[in-house]
Amino acid sequence: MKYFARAVLGAAVVSLMASTAHADGHAKTLTIATVNNGDMIRMQGLTDDFTEKTGHKVEWVTLEENVLRQRVTTDITTKGGAFDIMTIGMYEAPIWGKNGWLVPLNNLSAEYDVDDILPAMRGGLSYDGTLFAAPFYGESSMIMYRTDLMEKAGMEMPDAPTWDFVRKAAAAMTDRDNDINGICLRGKAGWGEGGAFITAMSNSFGARWFDEEWNAQFDTEEWKNTLTFFKGMMDESGPAGYATNGFNENLSLFQQGKCGMWIDATVAASFVTNPKDSTVADSVGFALAPDTGLGKRSNWLWAWALAIPAGSQKVDAATQFIEWATSKGYIELVASKEGWANVPPGARTSLYENPNYKDIPFAKMTLDSILSADPNDSTVKPSPYVGIQFAAIPEFAGIATEVSQEFSAAYAGQQTIEEALAKAQAITNDAMEAAGYK
Amino acid sequence: MARAVTTQRKTLNTVIAWGIGLLIFFPILWTILTSFKTEGQAIADPPLFLFFDWTLENYAVVQERSDYMRFLWNSVIIAGGSTLLGIIIAVPAAWSMAFVPSKRTKDILLWMLSTKMLPAVGVLYPIYLLFISLGLLDTRIGLTIVLMLINLPIIVWMLYTYFKEIPGEILEAARMDGASLKEEILYVLTPMAIPGIASTVLLNIILAWNEAFWTLNLTAANAAPLTAFIASYSSPEGLFFAKLSAASTMAIAPILILGWFSQKQLVRGLTFGAVK
Repeated sequence: MKYFARAVLGAAVVSLMASTAHADGHAKTLTIATVNNGDMIRMQGLTDDFTEKTGHKVEWVTLEENVLRQRVTTDITTKGGAFDIMTIGMYEAPIWGKNGWLVPLNNLSAEYDVDDILPAMRGGLSYDGTLFAAPFYGESSMIMYRTDLMEKAGMEMPDAPTWDFVRKAAAAMTDRDNDINGICLRGKAGWGEGGAFITAMSNSFGARWFDEEWNAQFDTEEWKNTLTFFKGMMDESGPAGYATNGFNENLSLFQQGKCGMWIDATVAASFVTNPKDSTVADSVGFALAPDTGLGKRSNWLWAWALAIPAGSQKVDAATQFIEWATSKGYIELVASKEGWANVPPGARTSLYENPNYKDIPFAKMTLDSILSADPNDSTVKPSPYVGIQFAAIPEFAGIATEVSQEFSAAYAGQQTIEEALAKAQAITNDAMEAAGYK
Repeated sequence: MARAVTTQRKTLNTVIAWGIGLLIFFPILWTILTSFKTEGQAIADPPLFLFFDWTLENYAVVQERSDYMRFLWNSVIIAGGSTLLGIIIAVPAAWSMAFVPSKRTKDILLWMLSTKMLPAVGVLYPIYLLFISLGLLDTRIGLTIVLMLINLPIIVWMLYTYFKEIPGEILEAARMDGASLKEEILYVLTPMAIPGIASTVLLNIILAWNEAFWTLNLTAANAAPLTAFIASYSSPEGLFFAKLSAASTMAIAPILILGWFSQKQLVRGLTFGAVK
């Protein structure tokens, strides 16, 4: 027993010494939670550059987007401190910033040049003028279309088409015998899937989620027009089972040459033009997301950004990492190793002024799409919320998931559009009332 | 007297058994095949079964991106540790319920099972807060305890069922020969229940190995097992099926091999007591 007590005491002293040495030492190990996408994985491969420059090491926790969202939300709301940096989106940043869950990024160095961040991105990641997350890459949505099929249909895609043009072009490009669908769009339930698309589309039809008193607006003519148009066009020219198609399903269809047009995230442009995976890489054109002439287009705005949770004990090292990962220098590093087509897009103004990047076929349309999206003024009629494909309130994700399920059921023919909208109206009003907005 | 079975009947039974077996195994086979395709081939329509350009590229990418051995080691410790701990607690518990039952034994057994009826997410926040307070977040010991507690009702139930098949008179005889309680459980009961204990251990290891709610929610970088390794290859934006399949194949390989070599023991244990 005496030996056991000595052994325990000895182990405790050694552990204490080790932990003290670690705390005093300059080098730290940062734990970063991130999503699994090409740009983030590329960054993981380049982390040695950061370690060489600062001495800090990095441990990655990579998860699928929805799993990550649940995981980091649990940690930040309980102040768990499991992560020193979290990858979050434009939806979370202002809400979490407002709640005091994130460290404000006020002390970024002059060399970092925070003013170079695209204004739309900076605005979407701030609350009350304070930046809470630095954009690693940003995206909007745009039309990707098959130039060969468009030519065969005898039509020419304008840079800024209307929904009527898109519908006509889709019908003209559809060739059921050869398994070609004129248009592929997201119909899958989920606020970040079909919910995001239809919300952005509804903006261009003059619809909005809430009026200024936070009353749901699904009983309006604008929403009915949006859903009627969407379902009509997709039934005419969309793929079978489009009600369950999300980003990946449509990407797969487009890359196999089964879509004439696809309206989705600008980040998809690099996938569909990559000859390694896409059979139509050399015949893809780009255009702005369509409108109906009401002054709002149907493109969204999103950014994956890096933020420091308020519970982190390593704020200085975490800030250093964020500066490194979202800097102009990092863009240069990626360009030198993997080419300009692979640099993280949509975050910095200087990237779009770079002559090397201007040669990338989708660069201009990506920038134009981002610049045409304004989260602070996304609807034709006034609305009380910030956000384009979402409303930046904590209740939105839950409500929109339920609403999008009703919409998907309507696309699949399980209920009428009127029934889906009536249910959406009730779901939203009930939730808003329960949350104390009314 | 055994029933006479015609050759025709035997053939039919064999074909049906193989058919069901292949049907159950097909998703695993498809995952393994997909792991050898390119991302483009993985989503090809119509799907490619065997005739494609086989590649090991996905395995190379997964090896380069992730520290597989660290995830594997965590899985071994967590699954093995939780099973061992569970058996140590469950054997005496099942013994008392099987051989010295009280009038509340059945209620206790049902109550234990009822804890499995609660959705795990319902207790996520309390458990998470407890883990923060106790410093157990992202530790192997924390996960070992949680997985042991989650699977304990199943272990107790299985062992209780096996123990009930053993005649109590044998234990009584051991007691009359002067065996202490410890000796009775260790040297008389346990050897007789080895097939049952072995199948309980194997089933529990499989359950703990595949558990993907707590292992994802209570870990970060240090204690993450193979379930987190798989989860890191799923993505809502971009093609990932081939790499995900390679990661899944690497994650399930150890447990498949374990299951293959121990199938005789597993089947014997699971059917223990069915035929007397």
